[in-house]
Amino acid sequence: MTDAISSFGAVGRPVSIHTDDAAKARLKGRYRTETWFKWLGAAAVALAGLFLVLLLSTIVTQAIPALRQNYVTLPIDLSAAKVDPAKLDEVNYDAIAQEALTAKFPDVTSRQDKRLLRGLISTGTGVFLRKDIAADPGMLGGTVDYAVPLDDFADLYLKGLLADVGSDEAISTTVTPSQTSGDIDLTFGDDAMLALARGHGATEGENGMLTLTSGASSLLVAFNGGTVKLTALSPAANGTVIAKGTVIEALDSTAPAASGQAFLRVIETPEASRKISDKMIVWLDRLKSAGLIESRFNSIFFFTGASREPELAGVWGAVVGSFLTMIVTLAIAFPIGVSAAIYLEEFAPKNRLTTMIEVNINNLAAVPSIVFGLLGLAVFLNFFGMPRSAPVVGGMVLALMTLPIIIIASRASLRAVPPSIREAALGIGASKVQTVFHHVLPLAMPGIMTGTILGMAHALGETAPLLMIGMVAFIVDIPGGFTDPATILPVQIFMWADFPEAGFQQKTSAAILILLVFLVIMNAIAVILRRRFERRW
Amino acid sequence: MVGYLVVLLLVLAAAAYWIGRTRAIASVNGDVARLHSLPGQHGMFLALFAAGPALLAIVVWSLVTPSIESSIIADRFSSELSGMGVPQVEAFIRDARAIAFGGLVGFADPTKEAAAALYKSVHATSTWIIWTVALVLSASGFYWAYSRIAQAYRARHVVERILRAFLIACSVVAILTTIGIVLSLIFESLRFFQQVPFYKFLFGTHWSPQSAFTGAGAEAGAVNEDIFGMVPLFAGTLLITFIAMLVAAPIGLMAAIYLSDYASKSVRAVAKPVLEILAGIPTVVYGFFAALTVAPYFRGIGESLGLNVASESALAAGVVMGIMIIPFVSSLSDDVINAVPQSLRDGSAGLGATKSETIRKVVLPAALPGIVSAMLLAVSRAIGETMIVVMAAGLAANLTANPLEAVTTVTVQIVTLLVGDQEFDSAKTLAAFALGLVLFCITLSLNIVALRVVQKYREQYD
Repeated sequence: MTDAISSFGAVGRPVSIHTDDAAKARLKGRYRTETWFKWLGAAAVALAGLFLVLLLSTIVTQAIPALRQNYVTLPIDLSAAKVDPAKLDEVNYDAIAQEALTAKFPDVTSRQDKRLLRGLISTGTGVFLRKDIAADPGMLGGTVDYAVPLDDFADLYLKGLLADVGSDEAISTTVTPSQTSGDIDLTFGDDAMLALARGHGATEGENGMLTLTSGASSLLVAFNGGTVKLTALSPAANGTVIAKGTVIEALDSTAPAASGQAFLRVIETPEASRKISDKMIVWLDRLKSAGLIESRFNSIFFFTGASREPELAGVWGAVVGSFLTMIVTLAIAFPIGVSAAIYLEEFAPKNRLTTMIEVNINNLAAVPSIVFGLLGLAVFLNFFGMPRSAPVVGGMVLALMTLPIIIIASRASLRAVPPSIREAALGIGASKVQTVFHHVLPLAMPGIMTGTILGMAHALGETAPLLMIGMVAFIVDIPGGFTDPATILPVQIFMWADFPEAGFQQKTSAAILILLVFLVIMNAIAVILRRRFERRW
Repeated sequence: MVGYLVVLLLVLAAAAYWIGRTRAIASVNGDVARLHSLPGQHGMFLALFAAGPALLAIVVWSLVTPSIESSIIADRFSSELSGMGVPQVEAFIRDARAIAFGGLVGFADPTKEAAAALYKSVHATSTWIIWTVALVLSASGFYWAYSRIAQAYRARHVVERILRAFLIACSVVAILTTIGIVLSLIFESLRFFQQVPFYKFLFGTHWSPQSAFTGAGAEAGAVNEDIFGMVPLFAGTLLITFIAMLVAAPIGLMAAIYLSDYASKSVRAVAKPVLEILAGIPTVVYGFFAALTVAPYFRGIGESLGLNVASESALAAGVVMGIMIIPFVSSLSDDVINAVPQSLRDGSAGLGATKSETIRKVVLPAALPGIVSAMLLAVSRAIGETMIVVMAAGLAANLTANPLEAVTTVTVQIVTLLVGDQEFDSAKTLAAFALGLVLFCITLSLNIVALRVVQKYREQYD
């Protein structure tokens, strides 16, 4: 009896290997593993989501600046003395626009500076001006205010992407210049500037002298209507500081600026590590404070063809090329794919040929896309002698690539139509062909369309095979036909991503954004088709 | 001008349909029930015969005529072209065509102008020939078919047989594509192996085809056989694929398990589209992301840890490729896991197993062949992936297993060898096809193995 009693636990239940302490610990461990496993799975899903958010946010934040472009409004002299209305084609419009810009900066005199100044506006200005004059001859004969697109560096600076510029801060001491232009000395009333220069990467020299090289931040002092760039500072008597500086914009006078009358601007990014010089920054800020700079919707990007100049490059040529290519792909892949699916699903007897076709289709679906490019190069270009870089060849290659996708989707859709439909049609005397084309196919059509759109979306984003057939060529013209040399959107993205100019980075992201918008639209149509029309039996 | 011909034939076909229909109805004086075939089928019959053969002729013509025209030009100007190599002859013909029909002309000279004039006249002749042939075919087809239409004529059978032949022809396109791929790869590779022995290609450890032609004078055309060793490319491909699978396999598999066995309906409604979007993003976008964001990021981390990370490191390309493959792995695994019957899970739960024990000890072993096959397909996908590595991996062929260094892959080299101006006969260009052949063979065998694994080891439950 006592033995039996002792084998009961405190609560009166028998203790066994399933209920003893070790078992409880085991159970606890098992539940812990369970929780861990579950969280691991959730983490995997979350990680995938995080990657997507990271990818999209990177691209969207980069793309947004490219949607706008800065223009400077200049008074352009189109009087008969400059532009002969009889010889509109022989006028150097670029020079006229550049003159209008240099006229804004009378104190810029050296050759080198003038060249820098002219570089602020886009090299495509002349082309735009000529086109607008051709469209509106009324502009001729006088001076007109005309908005000129800025060069890519100037544009990027104004968008805040090239240099880190602090806001103007009043200097709380007097500033006395020695001259109004050239290399001058500035005398500061106290030594606060020394600590400031040290904080911005100035190099220490002898006797407490601080040198601001191009590897340090730029310190600009604006007063008396001009701007001076500090190059070196040294402490002087009575706690004052004497600074050497280069005048970027001439001062009005050598009168000392009172406390709070001079302003200090710090450009944090050292001049050596940015693509825009201090002078250009000062000029641009002057134009901006004069209210001449205007940020507009970037119509150049959306409606022109490719260019080697970032501010002139547009995606329209690539969009048209993509569109032409997709038309060819659709025209080939859709009829062939649907016909093949109909044959395999509805007519094909079980024999070696059909088995071989099926194995082939499944294999083709898994062949790397670049191999299709090699096929296009060897067969379409070299064997049949078709034109390089043409949308028709690109479309054919992509059609071969999309074909398996369309066939597989169409077969699934045909298979989903219940046999009763076929039997009913056959029962009232329809032939096999009539059954398929009048009854089965219309019912399967929504599914087929969905599969086709998804296949086309896949083809739209495909790049590698088109590189093989020369669609990577640099093409400025907007393609007008199926055999014109063209490039397509993903290839354009690939080419721009390789260009070293900083302006192309934003353009690339914006082009990606356009591509993604097209893909989203196509997928949305596919989803709507599936929701609205697909029938469940 | 051939475009007009096609339009004309289509109009003819529409007219023939209407004529055939009318004639069929007229042949029974409007009593349609007495016809063997429907009037529309008679119309279709007539339209097919009026336009079909002519359209076929146009397709054949447009496929063969460019090469015939070029060969005529090359033949006529053979004395002028005799000293030139194949690429120069191609450039000559391209320029002649551009002068004749408009387009970008490299530079013009009198010989090319003459060739362009000849080109124009040859092309005019061939256009004239196809117009005549098409119209004759169309007229005779129409006449023949028109004379057949009668009350008892079995037009339906003819039309349906033609339709069926068309359907079969469309299905055969898949076979033709495979044959085209295999033949083009094999022929170009054979030409390559005539210049470079294949064992040197397969087992050589030095790859630098950009310096393919060394020596001068008499040896100017000689090919240095030792610079076409593909082992470094293969090793680079494997390294990047390995890194990609390290990212994709666990994340993809765990995501599939979570979504199929744990996730609530609302989580699934969000997570599935996320994976689909990830799968739908073009690879060029991933490439841009890798080159612009991920590679500098890894480089920065490496610098802060005191490691020297190449700016085109295998790690960055591999990780981004892994991200790209996650949805592929997870959707394939999801299918496989869902195919394990519920009764197995219920049985395991009935024995007191927790959910994770059920998954690890019952579901995964049952789904193992499918998961292995999914992983093999993912590997095949990673090996064949091009854009990410073209944009984010290096060009120099390093034989290294260090993921922080730059390596190059088979696909990168195919692109570098073939993009830009190419001479089609050089060993450099042909090497790309040999690489393509290797790539095709590897991915194909991986797919076949994946298929066999499933067929051989899958348990049939239901």
